[in-house]
Amino acid sequence: MGRQIRDRLFSLLIILFGLSLLTFGLTFLLPSGPVEQVIEKLGIAPDPELIAALKKEYGFDQPFAVQYINWLKGLFHGDFGYSVINNDSVNAILSRRLPNTIRLAVCSFGLMVLISFPLGILSALYKNKTADYIIRYMSFVGISIPNFWFGMILIWILGVNLRLLPVSGSLGWRSLIMPSLTLGITNSAYYVRRIRSVMVEQLSEEYIAGLRSRGVSNRRIILLHVLPNSLLAVITMLGMSFGGMLGGTMIVETVFSWNGIGKAAMEAVTGRDYALVQGYVLWMGCIYVLVNLLVDIINQFLDPRIRRAMADK
Amino acid sequence: MSTYRKRIWLRFAVSMFFALLFVFFSLFAGNLAPFDPLQADYGHMLAAPDSEHWFGTDQLGRDIFSRILCGGKSSLLIAFAVTGIVAAFGILLGTLAGFLGGFTDSVIMRICDTLMAFPGIIFTVALVSFIGTGIPNLILAMSLTSWTGYARISRSLVLSVKNNVYLEQARLGGASDWRILTVYIIPNILPPLLVNISQNIGGNLLTISALSLLGLGSPPPTPEWGLMLSEGKNFLYSAPWMLLFPGMIILVCVVVFNLLGDSIQDLMNPKENVY
Repeated sequence: MGRQIRDRLFSLLIILFGLSLLTFGLTFLLPSGPVEQVIEKLGIAPDPELIAALKKEYGFDQPFAVQYINWLKGLFHGDFGYSVINNDSVNAILSRRLPNTIRLAVCSFGLMVLISFPLGILSALYKNKTADYIIRYMSFVGISIPNFWFGMILIWILGVNLRLLPVSGSLGWRSLIMPSLTLGITNSAYYVRRIRSVMVEQLSEEYIAGLRSRGVSNRRIILLHVLPNSLLAVITMLGMSFGGMLGGTMIVETVFSWNGIGKAAMEAVTGRDYALVQGYVLWMGCIYVLVNLLVDIINQFLDPRIRRAMADK
Repeated sequence: MSTYRKRIWLRFAVSMFFALLFVFFSLFAGNLAPFDPLQADYGHMLAAPDSEHWFGTDQLGRDIFSRILCGGKSSLLIAFAVTGIVAAFGILLGTLAGFLGGFTDSVIMRICDTLMAFPGIIFTVALVSFIGTGIPNLILAMSLTSWTGYARISRSLVLSVKNNVYLEQARLGGASDWRILTVYIIPNILPPLLVNISQNIGGNLLTISALSLLGLGSPPPTPEWGLMLSEGKNFLYSAPWMLLFPGMIILVCVVVFNLLGDSIQDLMNPKENVY
């Protein structure tokens, strides 16, 4: 067990290192250097002496490795860079907007679980019956539907035609409904399919036939045996999807003008605010890695085989 | 042939037919479109669908039906290009990792881990914002971020065939590493990868539409499905058809390619599908 945790932490460190290297490396893809970019943005004439002086001051004349280490040092002090366009530090901008994104992600995630679990289980229990076919066709369309378009159709129906909900913005819980519906419904289609196939697989296992032959009731088999066994696989998938949801918020936030970090990132992309884009990638990467670690730990505690092994030690 | 196999073949034939239909329409869009997709017509701005303009017109009076037809060219062909490039790149790196092993293997796999550590679309967007928008850069960015799946699968496939006796025989016969790789290994691992390739087209189409909706793809006058949606969003009140039809065509197209991918998977699976 200790070895497992050590390996996991080690791979985590490698991933974080790779993430920081990739993010930092982005700067070198710019057609011109960061100093030139800033000068151009501020509308100052590109004077070579000024550029050289600024490069020296900010350390851009040093080799890649030195620049990277300096940048990394900054990260450890919580300095993710400065957004010239917003005239604020990247950390301040992102932490101001993060609560909105988390609110949206949690609501959509809850909705997704509420939709996909009952439908997936229903579909597996009534395999090849009418209910199963209807759910399967719906989820097939669901995985093919562009989520941004689904959101726009919701705006058109609920916002424009029925005037039930505000069409965009991030004021109050009413404007949270449509973006959550969009993310929750489109994401659940995939999980309905996965939950169904995991359950069907479990139901065809031999121990189920064994339980049946011993006269255990169907309800008992499903509630006490099939569901707990399926849950393990499903939780891993769900954990991964929380990260995917954070990625998906970028598009949905833009469509609904929901003021989260995804929208901030898109504004940074259109405004060529490179420090903010970098900060966004780093934040997202770290959140995603942490969520995955958490899911791993939860899974280890849910799996009785591992739990027993730990208790023995 | 069992009825099950027959059903799968039928599904494959139908989805293949529609997929080819989409490709055909995109390739010959220029000849088939009733109007010039770029020609503004200020007498027919935001006109509702009628017998002349089947899907209505947009804010500049351009015919939406023609724009969707011509948009297929960019949307669909980019999806094919991305899928092909990503697959080739991923399979190459994955086979190299599996075949060479050792240091190369660990470096490639660690890069994979890192890229898979967070949602690909985030890094794609970041990359595009740094190297600049436009179709070639979009293809490049998507290729750089999404090859990891292929690399993983092809690596494990290579490992599973690597120790076969016929490879030993080929080596004894004097075949070079390169020849073993290209003549013996890659043809062997390609069929299972075909399933992944066919299943990825639909998803790539969705990603491309999303990215061009966000303004990272082709610049405005180009007819492109995602771009048409982002324009249509501004005319929700007066011209909902600007939003309805491009989205619908993306949906239908993705459904067709997903169906095709699923039926190819079922065809490749020798045993009857119990699920």
